Amino acid sequence: MKGMHLPDIRMLLQGASPRSSEMFPELNNLLNTTPDKAEQGKLTLLCDARTDGSFLVHHFLSFYLKANCKVCFVALLQSFSHYNIVAQKLGVSLAAARERGQLVFLEGLKSSVDVFFQAQEDPHPLQFLREASAGNLQPLYEFVREALTPADNGEAAWRCPVLLVDDLSVLLSLGMGAVAVLDFVHYCRATVCCELKGNMVALVHDSGDAEDEENNTLLIGLSHQSHLILRTEGLATGFCKDVHGQLRILWRRPSQSTARRDRSLTFQYKIQDKNVSFFARGMSPAIL
Amino acid sequence: MAAVATCGAGAGGTESMAAATSKSNVTSFQRRGPRARGTDSGGPRLVSIAGTRPSVRNGQLLVSTGLPALDQLLGGGLAVGTVLLVEEDKYSIYSPLLFKYFLAEGIINGHTLLVASAKEDPADILQELPAPLLDDSCKKEFDEDVCNKKPESDIKMKIAWRYQLSPKMEVGPVTSSRFGHYYDVSKRIPRELIETSKWHGFFLPEKMSSADKVECCSLTPGYMKLLHFIQNIIYEEGFDGSNPQKKQRNILRIGIQSLGLPLWGDDVCCSENCDSSHSLSKFLYILRGLLRTSLSACIITMPTHLIQNKAIIARVTNLSDTVVALESFVGSERETNPLYKDYHGLIHIRQIPRLNNLICDESDVKDLAFKLKRKLFTIEAEWTVRERDREKGLSFVVGSPSNDRHGRCTTLI
Repeated sequence: MKGMHLPDIRMLLQGASPRSSEMFPELNNLLNTTPDKAEQGKLTLLCDARTDGSFLVHHFLSFYLKANCKVCFVALLQSFSHYNIVAQKLGVSLAAARERGQLVFLEGLKSSVDVFFQAQEDPHPLQFLREASAGNLQPLYEFVREALTPADNGEAAWRCPVLLVDDLSVLLSLGMGAVAVLDFVHYCRATVCCELKGNMVALVHDSGDAEDEENNTLLIGLSHQSHLILRTEGLATGFCKDVHGQLRILWRRPSQSTARRDRSLTFQYKIQDKNVSFFARGMSPAIL
Repeated sequence: MAAVATCGAGAGGTESMAAATSKSNVTSFQRRGPRARGTDSGGPRLVSIAGTRPSVRNGQLLVSTGLPALDQLLGGGLAVGTVLLVEEDKYSIYSPLLFKYFLAEGIINGHTLLVASAKEDPADILQELPAPLLDDSCKKEFDEDVCNKKPESDIKMKIAWRYQLSPKMEVGPVTSSRFGHYYDVSKRIPRELIETSKWHGFFLPEKMSSADKVECCSLTPGYMKLLHFIQNIIYEEGFDGSNPQKKQRNILRIGIQSLGLPLWGDDVCCSENCDSSHSLSKFLYILRGLLRTSLSACIITMPTHLIQNKAIIARVTNLSDTVVALESFVGSERETNPLYKDYHGLIHIRQIPRLNNLICDESDVKDLAFKLKRKLFTIEAEWTVRERDREKGLSFVVGSPSNDRHGRCTTLI
């Protein structure tokens, strides 16, 4: 594995015992970050192909909450209690974070029912569900901007704003075109990453051989804008009880057009009840 | 996954929990902190509803799908608040059975039913539900089956001895369990049971004839009406806890038959580039929103073999919770294959949701074959079929690799 220092490999092979109160510490080691020194102004793209990459969403959610950042979570796929219960396993309480104003949570499933069956007076972030033709995601962007722009009344200053979206492919399923979603991401990046010096993390499914052109457009467009891409894939050989999949980490520099190759690492992982363990390819503890 | 013995114990446990709950409002099983799932209505833990049990893994409330073999593969049952999507087999022979098992299970447990269909009147569907098996008669029949089967299963596998140690999938109706029943497909359900049960029917031709002005939206009118109908029932009967007059302590079982057919006004099965390509996925999203906020579980059968655009199938799968696909051997080359002579088709578990958890109860076996007997719908691992026949000296035909998300398991011995 090019560019990796020996001490890291040794730590991986030893299997550092994770404290159950941390979000995936092994993933932090791989990404070379800790909650104290989280970078700013970055767009991270999470992508899953032939497998479920939602554990990465849980990781980043608890990571940024632990890092004392203000998080706006656009949760379109599951209910609040689902994320809350998993976050508690990782040592973070979403309910408490929401109460103290650190977390702004948009629960897509519940809000969609509200907006669909009753006409709303104010523009609702999921207003596009009521529209006949493909609209745009401006109300959603306004919601995000309002959630993350720090108020002027001198409230407790959070470290930096973070926008987390789970997931963008759902927006395509709900009638948005890939261009509309890319516009939304662009506006959010301009506000969150550049203006407010925050971070953005989004999950997109890779449909693989399902010939979903809109999804491919979205995925390729986002790949070029991201600073960090985490791609989970199911194993090519099929299902395995001890190795749930493979994770590719790709560090990019979208602004610089250097010919230097971007750094990338590949690991395999196994998801457990409260933790995800990573190991080098072919080095699963079940085989060694 | 719980074995048969603990299944019985678990059901007994639920009964005792129910008794405890009814006596006093405090039970030791009360979960501290945020509620796992379901409504926000106050009160004791929802273990006292008939026909439900909490999941072993994450405390989720589960209902039976009507097929105990399938319950076991799904990790104990179908979670309340989720959608079970059944991808229909080619000639729609076995998927209506799964649909009927689900509804019949609801009637036996006293759940409220909501049956929606575009091609069959819900009243007719309910008349054709299979009759439940009572304990003493079914035990006798099952013992007969076991006797007939005994010589085969006693053959010790010489080559693939490891497979002998693995548990079989089928669960026999040995004890009367409150969770999951067995049905006799040759008999109809007694009329009294249907008459005493509470059900609502949505027959699309009837509903479309009424000239209500439907608000313009990108959903097909048929889907719009169905969503409004479901939302109305949920609200009126208090399944979401928001109606102050109604305190509902029951499960609503929703069954939607053959969603996506052109009969619904949707052209997703007709052409590859359809106009209303988002109608179906939008419908599923909002339906799931309704389910998550109420005490209901839904089964949808969908003829995915008719959908030309693979992207739509992928989206629909991502928007559903549990996805099961049936593949029958009728009309295919496998019908005459001696390897599969005992079986009627394959069943693929395409997706199991990870609810309140990082992991889910996935079965280790991905290749499953099913067989419909009069009183039992069995699901067995495919390789036990092949290995058993290999021992007998039959020719071994390698089937085509299963094209679902997970391929063969490579065991490292």
